[in-house]
Amino acid sequence: MTKYRESHSSVPYRLGTLHRGDRAIIVAVSPSAAPHQSLSPHELERRLLEIGFVEGAAVEVLHEAFPKGDPIAVRINEHTVALRRAEADAVLVERRQ
Amino acid sequence: MTEPAPRQPRIALVGIPNCGKSALFNALTGSRQKVANYPGVTVERKEGGFITPAGRSARLLDLPGTYSLRARSPDEAVTRDVLLGRQAGEAVPDIVVCVADATNLRLHLRLVLEVRALGLPVVLALNMMDVAERRGYGIDCAELSRVLAVPVVRTVAIRRDSVHHLLAEIDRAADAQDRAGAGVAAAPPVWREPGAAELRELYREVGRLILAAGVRAGRPAEVTRRIDAVLLHPTLGLASLLLVLFLMFQAVFTWAKLPMELINGGVTGLQGWVLGVMAEGPLRSLIADGVIAGVGSVVIFLPQILILFLFILLLEDSGYLARAAFLLDRLMGGVGLHGRAFIPLLSSFACAVPGIMAARTIDNREDRLATILIAPLMTCSARLPVYALLIAAFIPDTAVLGGRVGLQGLVMFCLFAAGIVSALGVAFVLKRTLFKGQREPLLLELPTYKLPSPRNIALGLYERAKVFLVRAGTVIFSLMVVIWFLATFPGAPEGADGPAIAYSIAGIAGRFLEPLLAPLGFTWQIAVALIPGMAAREVAVATLGTIYAVSGGEGATLAEALARSWSVPTALALLAWYVFAPQCAATIAVVKRETNSWGWAAVQVAYMLALAYLSAFATFRIASWALG
Repeated sequence: MTKYRESHSSVPYRLGTLHRGDRAIIVAVSPSAAPHQSLSPHELERRLLEIGFVEGAAVEVLHEAFPKGDPIAVRINEHTVALRRAEADAVLVERRQ
Repeated sequence: MTEPAPRQPRIALVGIPNCGKSALFNALTGSRQKVANYPGVTVERKEGGFITPAGRSARLLDLPGTYSLRARSPDEAVTRDVLLGRQAGEAVPDIVVCVADATNLRLHLRLVLEVRALGLPVVLALNMMDVAERRGYGIDCAELSRVLAVPVVRTVAIRRDSVHHLLAEIDRAADAQDRAGAGVAAAPPVWREPGAAELRELYREVGRLILAAGVRAGRPAEVTRRIDAVLLHPTLGLASLLLVLFLMFQAVFTWAKLPMELINGGVTGLQGWVLGVMAEGPLRSLIADGVIAGVGSVVIFLPQILILFLFILLLEDSGYLARAAFLLDRLMGGVGLHGRAFIPLLSSFACAVPGIMAARTIDNREDRLATILIAPLMTCSARLPVYALLIAAFIPDTAVLGGRVGLQGLVMFCLFAAGIVSALGVAFVLKRTLFKGQREPLLLELPTYKLPSPRNIALGLYERAKVFLVRAGTVIFSLMVVIWFLATFPGAPEGADGPAIAYSIAGIAGRFLEPLLAPLGFTWQIAVALIPGMAAREVAVATLGTIYAVSGGEGATLAEALARSWSVPTALALLAWYVFAPQCAATIAVVKRETNSWGWAAVQVAYMLALAYLSAFATFRIASWALG
C-alpha cells in the first residue's frame, strides 16, 4: 500500500477504506463506485447528499465499531454521521495529512 | 371601524432530526398538547396550542423530522403531505416555522431552501444559539434574514423565555396574511422531487448564502468528542453500553417493585371492599373480578413502563440512543435486525408491552415490524411466576456440573435462553421471508451530547402514560371483561363438586380443547387454566390454584398438588409451551395499536401458537422417551 501521496497526484480513495483518525476531502459521491448496495444508486446518492456527504466537505473518521471496524462514525464539517462501510464506499475522497 | 377578529393561524414546525424541534414545541405549547395518530399510519401526530402576544390563539403542528421533503419513510411522507396540502384532514399550514441547528447551518439551511421554495410563509428559528455562541460561531440574524429573504429569529428551545422573538414574528406573518385578506385562497404549494443535481445546487446556494451573511464557523463540539472517545471506543464503548443496559434492567425490576406492590395492594383492597359492600351476584363478580381485576392487571404495568421510558427518554434526549444503535449495528445485523432493535428487545424482558412501544424508535417499517413480532419471545416478568411454580414442583433441587450449578437455576436459564435463541431464529426467518427487502442502510446522525431537559422528560413520560392507559387500556380492559365472562358463566349447578370454573364456558372450552392438547401431555385442568391465562400469563397460576382447590397464594401447596397429579414430561411440556405461547391480551392489544392492524397481531399469535405447540409436543415426546 502507498503510505504517502503528493496531494496533486492523488487518486481518490473510497471513504469505506479509511480508518480512525484519517482525514479527507470529498471529491465525488458516486454510488457506482460501491459494489454492494441495498438501494438503487440514485437513491443512495441522494440519501448521502441529504445527510451531508457533498463534494468539497471535509471528513474525518472518528470511530470504528466492533467487530471488524464496521460501521464507522464520520465527522462531516460540523456534524457526525454513522454509516456502514458498504455505503461509505460510494463516497470518494482525497486524503489530507 | 371594527377590527376583524384575528384569525387562528395554523403553524407547522419543520426541521431535520435533532434540531431541537420537539423541545421548541414543548416550550411553545407546554402541556397543551394532543398526541394522536395520522389515519392509517403509525405516525404520531402532535398538536398543541398557544396564545401569541397579539392575542391570537395559534394551532401548532409538530411535523416528523426529515432531511428532505422527498419522504423516504411514512413519517417523512406525513411532513411532505401536510406541507403540500395532500394529507387528508389537514389544511395547508398558514405559517411554516423551520427549525435549524445554529451550529450546523450548512446541513440545515438546505432543507430551509427546499421548504422556502414551496411559497408558504416561512419563519426560520435558529435553535441552540447559546451553544453556537459558546463555541464561537458568529451569526447575524438580521444579515441572514436579509440574504434568505425570510424572518430569522434566535431561540434556545430549552429556555421558555427565549421564544418571544419567534412569537413576535409569527404575529407579524399572521398580520400580513390578515391584511392580504382571509378570503383569498392561496394556490396550493408546488413541489418537484429534487434529484442529485438539484441537491448539489442547493448546497452551493447554501454556501453562497452563508458567505453573503458573513457567518463565522465556530469550534467543533470538544466535549462530545471527548465523551465519545470512551463511549464509542470499540471495547470500552460496548462495556459502557452493557453497563447502561444493566442499570436500566435493574431499575425496571427493583424500582418498580414497590409501586407495583402498592398497586396490587390497592386493587386487592378495592376488590375486598366491593365484595364486602355489594350483595353477592353476577354484578359484584363483574365489578370485583372483571372490572377491578382487569383494570388492575393493566395499571400494574405502569411503573415498569414509566421507569423504562424514563431511561429511554434520557438516553434519547442526551443523544446516546443513536450511539447505541451504532455500537450494536454489526452484532444485531447478524440476524438482519437494525441496531436500534436492541432497546425494545431488552425492554421486553421486563414486559413486552413497553418493549413493543419502544420499537417506535426504529424508523424503517419492516425492521420495526420484525422487532415487534419477536419482542414477546423475550422472557417477560409475567412468565416468572409460572416458571417458578413448575420448577419448584418438578425440578429436583440438586446440583449439577460438578456441584457448582443448581439444576433449578439451570432450567430457568435454559428457558430464558430458549426465548432469546428462538427470537433471533424467528428474526432470521422473517428477514428472509416476509421482510425480504434488503437491509436498510445505516445513515444515522450522531448528535452532540446535551443535558436532557427535565421538562421534556416529564412531558414525554406523561404522554407515554396517557397513551398506554387510555388507548391500550380500553382494548385490554374489554378483553379482560370478555375473559371474565367466559370463566364465570354459566355458574356451577347446586351441589356440584369440583371448581366452578369447570362448568363455565371456559371450562367447557377447556374440555373441548383437551383432545387437541392431549398430544402435548396436557390434562383438562391445564387446558382450562390456559383460557383465563390468555388475559395474562400469571393468571394461569391462580386458576390452577382454584382448580386444584388449594387456598390461593400458598405456592408450595399448589406445587405439591401439581407434583402429585402431573407427570414430569407434562410439566416440561407446559414450560416449553410457556416459552412461546402468546398468552397475553395486553401484548396482542398493544401490537394491534402499534402496527395499526389486527393482521400483524394475528400473524404474531399464529406463529407463536405454532411454535408453542410444536415445542411442547417435542418436549413431551422426548421427555417421555428419555424418562421411560
